[in-house]
Amino acid sequence: MEYEKIPAEQFRFVQENENLHDKALQTKSKGFFADAMIRFGKNKSSVIATWILAFLLLYAIVAPILSPYDIHTQDSIYINFPPFIRSVADKGLGFLDGAKTMDSQNDAAMLAWKAIGVETGLDPVLGITGTHETQVKYRGQMITRTTYDIEVNAYYAKDMIYKTFSYAEFEKIQQWQNETGIQVIYPWVDPKDISDISDNPNIWYQVDSKGVAVLDEDGNFIPVYSTNTAKAGAEYNSLRIPGDDGSYIYSYGKSGSVQCRILYYNYYQYLYGREPAYLMGTNALGQDIFCGIGVGARFSILFAILVSAINLTIGAIYGAIEGYYGGWVDMTLERISDILSGVPFVVVTTLFQLHLAQRVGVVGSFLFAFVLTGWIGMAALTRRQFYRFKGQEFILAARTLGASDGRLMFKHIFPNGIGSIITSCALVIPGVISSETSMTYLGIVNLQDFAGTTIGTLLSQGNSAVTTAPHAALYPSIYLGLLMICFNLFGNGLRDAFNPTTRGIDD
Amino acid sequence: MNCGANENQKETEGSFKMIKYTLQRILYMIFVFFVITFMCFVLIRMLPLPALPPDDIHTEAILMRREALGYNKPYLVQFWIFLKNVFTNFDWGVSEKLYIGRPVLEVFMEKLPPTIIVNLYSILWTIPVGIGLGIWAALKKNTWVDYTISTLTMVVISVPSFVYAFLIQYTLCFKLRLFPLILKGGTDWFSPAMFKSMVPPVLALSFGVIAGFCRTTRAELTEVLTSEFMLLARTKGLTKTQATVRHALRNCFVVIVPGIFGEFIGILGGSLIIENIFAIPGVGALTLNAINGQDYNIFVLTTCFYTAIGLAAGLVVDISYGFIDPRIRMGSKK
Repeated sequence: MEYEKIPAEQFRFVQENENLHDKALQTKSKGFFADAMIRFGKNKSSVIATWILAFLLLYAIVAPILSPYDIHTQDSIYINFPPFIRSVADKGLGFLDGAKTMDSQNDAAMLAWKAIGVETGLDPVLGITGTHETQVKYRGQMITRTTYDIEVNAYYAKDMIYKTFSYAEFEKIQQWQNETGIQVIYPWVDPKDISDISDNPNIWYQVDSKGVAVLDEDGNFIPVYSTNTAKAGAEYNSLRIPGDDGSYIYSYGKSGSVQCRILYYNYYQYLYGREPAYLMGTNALGQDIFCGIGVGARFSILFAILVSAINLTIGAIYGAIEGYYGGWVDMTLERISDILSGVPFVVVTTLFQLHLAQRVGVVGSFLFAFVLTGWIGMAALTRRQFYRFKGQEFILAARTLGASDGRLMFKHIFPNGIGSIITSCALVIPGVISSETSMTYLGIVNLQDFAGTTIGTLLSQGNSAVTTAPHAALYPSIYLGLLMICFNLFGNGLRDAFNPTTRGIDD
Repeated sequence: MNCGANENQKETEGSFKMIKYTLQRILYMIFVFFVITFMCFVLIRMLPLPALPPDDIHTEAILMRREALGYNKPYLVQFWIFLKNVFTNFDWGVSEKLYIGRPVLEVFMEKLPPTIIVNLYSILWTIPVGIGLGIWAALKKNTWVDYTISTLTMVVISVPSFVYAFLIQYTLCFKLRLFPLILKGGTDWFSPAMFKSMVPPVLALSFGVIAGFCRTTRAELTEVLTSEFMLLARTKGLTKTQATVRHALRNCFVVIVPGIFGEFIGILGGSLIIENIFAIPGVGALTLNAINGQDYNIFVLTTCFYTAIGLAAGLVVDISYGFIDPRIRMGSKK
């Protein structure tokens, strides 16, 4: 049927027999908050930042629980060691293998690396990354010297250390060896047999006067383990290395104790009951960085939230009083905040640490330092809002009805300015984290006893070993960088969502 | 004629007001400075004094000085003596620990050049670059240029400076071996080798400044570009370049120029962290050492110094606003 030719009698009113009256709105009404959330959701970068932020917060909560170590576990040997996990390292994927670059290793050094692998079965050399050939004049002849750049597994390369045990401890390790079948104590090598080298426990083979390995005809190392039972420190009834006919001694007697050559990688298992597993390596104190970042971030974030909450409260009240009363009250209070804001933050922090740390603790005095000047920005913001609203008619109306000053301030004016006040919170937090990190980085505030570690502390420890252990500063840097970027993006997004009129200004 | 005279009179009245305003601000700044100095001075004097080495030749002299400075008198008297010494013969006391026996001011003056030089190098190239990037981003608003610049600015402003310092130190200095890891020793501040070793700290300081100026310029210029007088300028026949250079840029410099002045004052202060990382023997390092080594006379001096710089930078920014655009009187009564 053609639409143009519908006969008139086929039309009728929809509400022919109904009473017409206003209906309730069919659509759901949206509040200010819901509306802001929709605007926030449209801002892609802020949404992504929020997810990353959520992940970083989750990391802070979960990482110290997941880590097999707690922050107080400080290994004395594995210091500034690269990331390593045995199961991944064995696959040879090129990461988490404890890799550390060693430049310019000559043939003698390469032999020494090889010897470590031969003795312990844990070959430290991961690969040769470069070979250099240089012509050197040696005793009147030109000869070619080859040097290698190699990557070694720092954990295997640490190899043997000398360690002194009491008899009881020595006995205990032997028992542990028997139970687990892991060789910790290796046969003793008398320095006399290795050209009097007494500071290198890694040598177990015949060497010449320069400490270079001497090989037999087949190119094998010649073991020089001591068999002098008179020198042995204590009875040894435990695992023996392959090739031992029972004559090797496993300790060296000292007065009241024994000295041993122990394989640190295995001794570590004896100490901690597990192989070393450091997802992000260790720092200058031998702490697990994976755990350290989480512990530090927990403190930073909680501290920042606490500081922001206190500062917002003080700032809001102070600004409200300034803005509401105006006149000489405003003048006096402004002078006070001018003076306080003029004191450099470093000086405030230092003075509070020196004066109050004994009485209220390091964290308490640090908190006071933040509170002393932190609220000023908030107060200025609130004051502006109050100047804007206090002359308006609805305030006059409320005053005429007999509302008290406090009621006018916090029931009538404050809610009107709350949008811009609340959104500035999200931008205050990263600022506090940044200052807190700077102060702990500089060592002006030392929170290691209270919080275990902080990101600033981790970074400063990492930065002092930038050439030998770049990972120690890298991971905290990445975490802190991401945290700051995401907090700022999140805060900007919130501000734009709650105050659509200021969108795009200074972001 | 009559009209001209009137205008002249208005102008002199205006500049008189400006001078009065400036003087008021300066006096107020001095007042604030003295209050802060007094508070910090008292708080520092209240700290227990560090023990002096018993066998040092300076110990007796220092003890006598302490007596003369009134260490056992009320704090107000001590402050008065301190001020008198400072104003009559620039005597800020002697170092009691780190540089034992040496006048604090002399030590401080030695530390000033590296701080100023490094920061000066940094802002000399960063301000033009920052403003340039900001202008570029504003002119290309909502294109990929703008998005890239704005995103990078956001990232750079958010990330603390020691993170870049680490990245620069690791990549440029260690991996690529382009520059030494830390500042060269010695006091030959203008030698080529010194300049080379200053590049990493200068770079580390630069990112933040570039980002800051870029952001302000972009925000200000985008706002100016959309204002009505720009439309007028175009309608009266100016080309886009003419309109932008003569009208938009001038207006946006009202905000940027005070920032530049503030930055120039701020360079005196330097950065504690960058100086710490690159081992620059500057004021920041001196302050840190004074804090850790409990050398309170040095600490008093650096406190005054940082306070003065902070206040002066704020003051210069406010006043230059007034000079550049007389419609604005920051902090004046409406």
